[in-house]
Amino acid sequence: MKFLELEGIQKVYGPNTVVQDFNLSVDKGEFVTFLGPSGCGKTTTLRMIAGFEIPSAGAIRINGKDVTNLKPNQRQIGMVFQAYALFPNMTVADNVAFGLKVAGQSSEAIRKRVGEMLDVIKLPQFGDRYPYQLSGGQQQRVALARALAIKPQVLLLDEPLSALDAKIRLSLREEIRSLQRSLGITTIFVTHDQEEALSMSDRIVVMNEGRVEQIGAPFEVYNFPRTRFVASFVGTLNILRGKVVDGASGRITIDDQQVIAGRSMGNLQNGEVRSVALRPESVTLNGAGEKRNAMQGIIEEVSFLGAVVRMRVRFRDNAISLDTFNNPGAPPPERGAPVTVSFQPEDLLVLEGETH
Amino acid sequence: MVDQSEAQAIAIPAQPAPARASTFSWAWIGVTPFLAFAVLFLIAPTLFLIVGAFQDAQGHFTLANLADLAQPSIVRAYRISLEISITSAILGAIFGSLIAAAAVLNGLPGWLRPTLLTFSGVASQFAGVPLAFAFLATLGRTGLVTYLLNTYLGFNLYSTGFNLLSFWGLTITYLYFQIPLMILIMTPALDGLKREWREASAILGASTWQYWRYVALPVLWPSLLGATLLLFANAFGAVATAYALTGSSLNIVTILLFAQIRGDVLHNANLGYALAFGMILITGVSNGAYIWLRSRGERWLK
Repeated sequence: MKFLELEGIQKVYGPNTVVQDFNLSVDKGEFVTFLGPSGCGKTTTLRMIAGFEIPSAGAIRINGKDVTNLKPNQRQIGMVFQAYALFPNMTVADNVAFGLKVAGQSSEAIRKRVGEMLDVIKLPQFGDRYPYQLSGGQQQRVALARALAIKPQVLLLDEPLSALDAKIRLSLREEIRSLQRSLGITTIFVTHDQEEALSMSDRIVVMNEGRVEQIGAPFEVYNFPRTRFVASFVGTLNILRGKVVDGASGRITIDDQQVIAGRSMGNLQNGEVRSVALRPESVTLNGAGEKRNAMQGIIEEVSFLGAVVRMRVRFRDNAISLDTFNNPGAPPPERGAPVTVSFQPEDLLVLEGETH
Repeated sequence: MVDQSEAQAIAIPAQPAPARASTFSWAWIGVTPFLAFAVLFLIAPTLFLIVGAFQDAQGHFTLANLADLAQPSIVRAYRISLEISITSAILGAIFGSLIAAAAVLNGLPGWLRPTLLTFSGVASQFAGVPLAFAFLATLGRTGLVTYLLNTYLGFNLYSTGFNLLSFWGLTITYLYFQIPLMILIMTPALDGLKREWREASAILGASTWQYWRYVALPVLWPSLLGATLLLFANAFGAVATAYALTGSSLNIVTILLFAQIRGDVLHNANLGYALAFGMILITGVSNGAYIWLRSRGERWLK
């Protein structure tokens, strides 16, 4: 039996179906991320788990118990909100103690637990401060401690990092993941940031327009996308237009240069025009001998980004971006320089559906 | 050899000392009418009546005017004024807050809120003779509501002891503008309660009552306190409504003050100044209490 189960979940607002046929089973201690663009239904699904929204259809079970129609305060769930949601009239210690206080725990037990949680978030000396006296990162850590203080069965994180600056975001996401692992708490994380999803999750649920597009480990979702949406949404992707020469062997032409596509969504018909996808990091510059596919092009743009040099290579109608590491001994090519780019057949994925 | 820093020092031409900026700001011209108005119609009259409270008719210093405030009729007037002001402020605060909360927090139709706020904007300014007449025409002995209740429901309002020209009559009349004023002040304060606070408290196990007890009311406390005090001051200083409604049958301090200053039978302008000075003191004390309570309730604010 899975610890958290969502079965056939649907949410309808008037004529709009915002979540449809959502099925997910989460193991105890697993970190699962809902990833998708704004309006894809990920936050609505999270709010249904929390009890703020009641599903129009389907069932939610936690540890075997049906909680679909229970109120939020009956579910024993912890939640961290995007905008911190700390109670402004309470100190840090009072915020962390709130869930324990309303549960009627003794003041001694509350004091002990609050001390433990402030130690966990590494803010033991901040108990007497008010939220306005803390930075955004500190406030979110307090919000995390408040959510965990009640020893919830499930922890819900609703874009908790999106209001923070980049540096804090990076360090806090590592802290959250490390804390989640050490406590072994089942966690659902909502984000539209693919890097967060890929770096933190045991599994990712990619959502689009209320539907689940793919569920899988970050490696699987990134390298083996099952739908065109997943391929284009997760990671950076070059999408080119190619014509199928021989569907059986995967031979296609891109701007009259023949290459082999090792992977395809659906069958390839000879003569049809399809979109093909290629990750920038799969492409090597001037390394034709190493990889089986090679194409000739012209450097159209060079951007020096410090550790990385990003280049854009144009073939004829199509162009691709590729990244190379900065090498002080080998300056990047000039704009207009002819180059050869190479990649392996299995890096070239023919997408489903119509051409791009 | 000239080192680089010296070379830069030579290369950069000496900057002329910046001209001393004028300290006069033209913005003062914008606020001059306000300052003039405040001095002429607030500060100067206040100082004038404070000084007058300590003078006799010939302009000599005296404490007799203050001593005269202890007359039973004046003490009674202050007591009635305070009772009406406090009662109408508290009732106005309670009902106004509840109505504002219903409009802001619950799932009422969208058209209701702007309608309520528009009505409140008008009603909060509806006072004086028109308001008194409106209540006489509806709840007076021959008023429309009194008549309808008696004719169609057989209920004689005045047989219950109700009298519009009484403490409760004046309090109910004051509530007509007190409640809308409270709605106008509390609506933005209630809008400031974040949905996430309620959701966070719920997910942490709190009931609705616990959310209001521990989060919402403490957050609203400064606004509630300030608005209630404003309602108190609003009622305490009101004269036209009370005078138009009750004439001199209800002895409140503003009516007494009005009588003293305009030249009644017992005309004594300096006693009038002392009455006004007493009102300033009461308002000052209530403002001081408000500032103290608010500072305690707002420790968590920046």
